[in-house]
Amino acid sequence: MASSATSSVSSNAAAVLGALLEARTGQQLASYRSWRLDTALIPLLRERGLDTLDQLVALLLSGRDPGIGDRIVDALVNGESSFFRDSAVFDQLVEAVAEHEAAGHRVRLWSAGCATGQEPLSLAMIFAERQADQGAAMPEIVASDVSEQALARARAGRFTQFEIQRGLPIRRMMRWFEGDGGDWQARPDLVRLIQFRRQNLVADRAPPGRFDLILCRNVLIYLSPATKARVFETLAQALRPGGTLVLGAGETVIGHSDAFEPCRRFRGFYRRVGGEEKLAAA
Amino acid sequence: MKTCLVVDDSKVIRKVARHILETLAFEVREACDGREALDACRVAVPDVVLLDWNMPVMSGMDFLRALRDADLPSRPKVVFCTTENGMAYIRAAIEAGADEYVMKPFDRETLESKLQIVGLA
Ligand SMILES: C[S@@+](CC[C@H](N)C(=O)[O-])C[C@H]1O[C@@H](n2cnc3c(N)ncnc32)[C@H](O)[C@@H]1O
Repeated sequence: MASSATSSVSSNAAAVLGALLEARTGQQLASYRSWRLDTALIPLLRERGLDTLDQLVALLLSGRDPGIGDRIVDALVNGESSFFRDSAVFDQLVEAVAEHEAAGHRVRLWSAGCATGQEPLSLAMIFAERQADQGAAMPEIVASDVSEQALARARAGRFTQFEIQRGLPIRRMMRWFEGDGGDWQARPDLVRLIQFRRQNLVADRAPPGRFDLILCRNVLIYLSPATKARVFETLAQALRPGGTLVLGAGETVIGHSDAFEPCRRFRGFYRRVGGEEKLAAA
Repeated sequence: MKTCLVVDDSKVIRKVARHILETLAFEVREACDGREALDACRVAVPDVVLLDWNMPVMSGMDFLRALRDADLPSRPKVVFCTTENGMAYIRAAIEAGADEYVMKPFDRETLESKLQIVGLA
């Protein structure tokens, strides 16, 4: 079913690059639109002085350029994000966090697959404002991604004019960002509220300690069902019993994991079922 | 139907904005400057005004102040849409009563996102 748009990509190169991406991240290239290969890799080809994807694949297979695999993966993962994406989720999340806080400990949040940082920064803004306005405790926020390049951008907290205008209310932008000749820079005291770390959901352990709430939104869509089931297992292990998992709009655990049940109060939120006994037995 | 008044002295910008707004199910009216816009608001108050800053006859800021002082049956949302993208301008606009701010150039997602933020998309 080769489309004309993919004619410049040899099927061999596409197969190798697809296999690399799936091996590293679980993401299946077949589900992406195939033109992405070409367009997504052009900057990397230029940087390495190459003309074709076949040459890139040859370089990858030669082993002469150890960093090239990561760079290909960085270029191929879908890193689309925005501030306060699906904004209703954040209103619900504040309530869910308040419920977890009622248990009396400092709440821990994990943004798994945080891309360029808009999701954890949205969390940081909400809870820093809540702290300033109501004196409420600041939850711990951990944010991770498989892409080092995305993480570097997230840590830097710099956004283009287009990025900063997606979903971020202007008053929040005024409060938390500084204009910097075109780009917008998050204030250091905001970025400091987030612990960034590289973590591959299909290969690595979860960050240490148990979380009260995990956001894993728009990350698992392109995973095979078997890989998805494994990731849900990792996420379940990382949650406290009764902890909350938040998926992207249109994503579900149903049919992939029985460690969660839909929250009655919040749409799109799932509750970790099974108590310590189940975990202890595992 | 939700209504939007697009106020910009550039015909091209008005056309682009109209196109995007219509796909978002807005009924669109246009004005070339603040004076025309104020007249249009006196005839029928739109749900939202998309407002350029620098215009002949009456600037966006002068329009906004006059609008907020005017005795109208309802309070339209005002989204500035301008190439002035410094923090001082943004702050001045918000203090004068703007609800949101779009920095040009903008695209469909930006406009849709800002209209959502003011509760209209
Ligand atoms: C579409 S973005 C979603 C960003 C954010 N969660 C949101 O909803 O806006 C998906 C992110 O998941 C990351 N990702 C893909 N596979 C991953 C894996 N196996 N482990 C960790 N992160 C992964 C990608 O690098 C990308 O940054």
